[in-house]
Amino acid sequence: MLTLEAFDVVVEDRQILRNIHLSIKPGETHVLFGPNGHGKSTLLNALMGFPRYQVAGHCWFKGLDITSLPVHERARAGIGLMFQRPPTIRGLTMREILKLCAADGVPVEDLAAELRLETFLDRDVNDGFSGGELKRAELLQLLVQRPNLALIDEPESGVDLENIGLIGRAINELLGRREPRPADAECRLKQAQRNAGLIITHTGHILNYVEADVGHVLYEGRLACTGNPREILSFIQKNGYGECVRCLNHQPEERSRVDA
Amino acid sequence: MRENVQILRRDQGVSFPALLLDPPLMDAGDLDRMSSVGVDVQCRGRSGNFVQVDHRVLQAGAAEPGLEVMSTSEALQAYDWLTEYRWRAVSADKDEFTRYAREHARHGYFIRVLPGARINHPLQACLYLGEDGLTQCVHNIVIVEEGAELNIITGCASGPRVGSGAHIGVSEFYVRKGAKLNFTMIHSWAEDVEVRPRTGTFVDAGGTFISNYVCTRPVRHLQMYPVSHLRGEGAVARYQSILVAPPGSRMDVGSRVVLEAPATKSEIIARTITTGGEIISRGHLVGRVPGVKAHLECRGLLLAPEGLIHAVPELEAQAEGVEMSHEAAVGKIAPEEIEYLMARGLSAEAAVSTIVRGFLNVDIPGLPPALRDEIDRAVALSREQGA
Repeated sequence: MLTLEAFDVVVEDRQILRNIHLSIKPGETHVLFGPNGHGKSTLLNALMGFPRYQVAGHCWFKGLDITSLPVHERARAGIGLMFQRPPTIRGLTMREILKLCAADGVPVEDLAAELRLETFLDRDVNDGFSGGELKRAELLQLLVQRPNLALIDEPESGVDLENIGLIGRAINELLGRREPRPADAECRLKQAQRNAGLIITHTGHILNYVEADVGHVLYEGRLACTGNPREILSFIQKNGYGECVRCLNHQPEERSRVDA
Repeated sequence: MRENVQILRRDQGVSFPALLLDPPLMDAGDLDRMSSVGVDVQCRGRSGNFVQVDHRVLQAGAAEPGLEVMSTSEALQAYDWLTEYRWRAVSADKDEFTRYAREHARHGYFIRVLPGARINHPLQACLYLGEDGLTQCVHNIVIVEEGAELNIITGCASGPRVGSGAHIGVSEFYVRKGAKLNFTMIHSWAEDVEVRPRTGTFVDAGGTFISNYVCTRPVRHLQMYPVSHLRGEGAVARYQSILVAPPGSRMDVGSRVVLEAPATKSEIIARTITTGGEIISRGHLVGRVPGVKAHLECRGLLLAPEGLIHAVPELEAQAEGVEMSHEAAVGKIAPEEIEYLMARGLSAEAAVSTIVRGFLNVDIPGLPPALRDEIDRAVALSREQGA
């Protein structure tokens, strides 16, 4: 679905990401761990194609080289981004933006009700929304847009406990996965999944609700420690990101390449 | 002149004859221009009509009981008392344009709603500049008597043959006790036309005056600063303006409300866009007695680097306990907003038009759909020029 080869990102003359190799197959959900400021959001924004992110290397999506494709064409090709800090758009209602980005036959009202946003439909986009409401509104737009690859930036930040389950269900719906039941959480049952996801998580909390297949650590602009996401998370929780780096440093450069 | 006036009376039912081509005075291009400012040339669904081309009144009449529509000069002959309303809300000595109007005004509309009459359909008035190089000067008087209600759509435009000219319009509005007047004015002039409306409104106790103003077409110099005086307890005035200034246009437009009675309220909202022209967006709230409430909001968008928007919001409290506020914001469209919509699949052009439409999204009843297209066209043009 998505393949990055020797992907570098420069923002305002500063190199943020270097030599990223990554492959996400249809149906896979990857999580991206890493300290703040080490390039996680930069990777997602660069994948969406925003102009201030200058890239080198190659980015393939569904067999198409999208490295120099503009943002809206990437969106139309099937990439969707859940913004971490979405802007307010005055005078444009939620209902209107949903209509603008809806795929054919999407039940907008039902999806809004599922995310407890039915009373938000006639409010301006993101105007005065709380942290949790912003996350739900973002997910609602993605559910309506139906991307094949969902880029999800810190879905749990600012969300209260009551709503995190809701967020998790929405992400599962977006990715075509069901919620892991406690009994089979460890079994990692593969389901018939088509959509793929790349989720940034700082705390790993979302993994209690969304099952991921592959985890990565992004440290100082390099991709490292690819593997089982729960193992990576528990390693980080016990030993911190610093240990991860040491682990990375002991590996030859090509080991950071992932051919999952 | 008078022999050409179609005088219509209310006993003629609710429809008017369509505006006719009247060569050489009017052709199909003229009717298109009138449509573009909200005038229904078929005159459907209107409670009254007033159409003046240059110095000549083509149509004046009312179709609902309780409504009177005629030219001001005719009304001055019909009603002796009307002189008490003339030059009262606007002073004849205000400036050179009012002094000119005192000497040279020809016609203009007189509209009166009798006490308690609630007029269902909007009334349309059209002041049209058909001949090149002409100065049209009118004096309008609107009286909405106690407890009455009226919705007026005024379209002022110049014709396809007009390159230069001038429009001077004195308007005096009287909203009596408990009455309501909703006045929407849409302007569409030519590149070399000077426009000087001079408008004053008196609102009595419990009365409501809502003024909407839209100008999106080129004009050499438009300057106006209508004033409302809220004279009775609980009176309300609300001004909403939408201005789009193309290159070469100068628009100096404001709204002023004087809150003179207890529990009066006002709101002034301006949305301005420059695609290369110059806009001075003014607002002035004067609180004269304790307990009045008013808010002023000026927002401007620069869509072209050579454009200019100068917002001048003023608050003047002359008594204790007045509650007045303002917010003003002028700038370019935030690139994050464009990128956000692009990430949802909109092209850059579609994203900008969506944001601009949202920016201009103030609720104005009776806005012709053609005007929305007009605004989109102006925005698209500015992007081409900027590219």
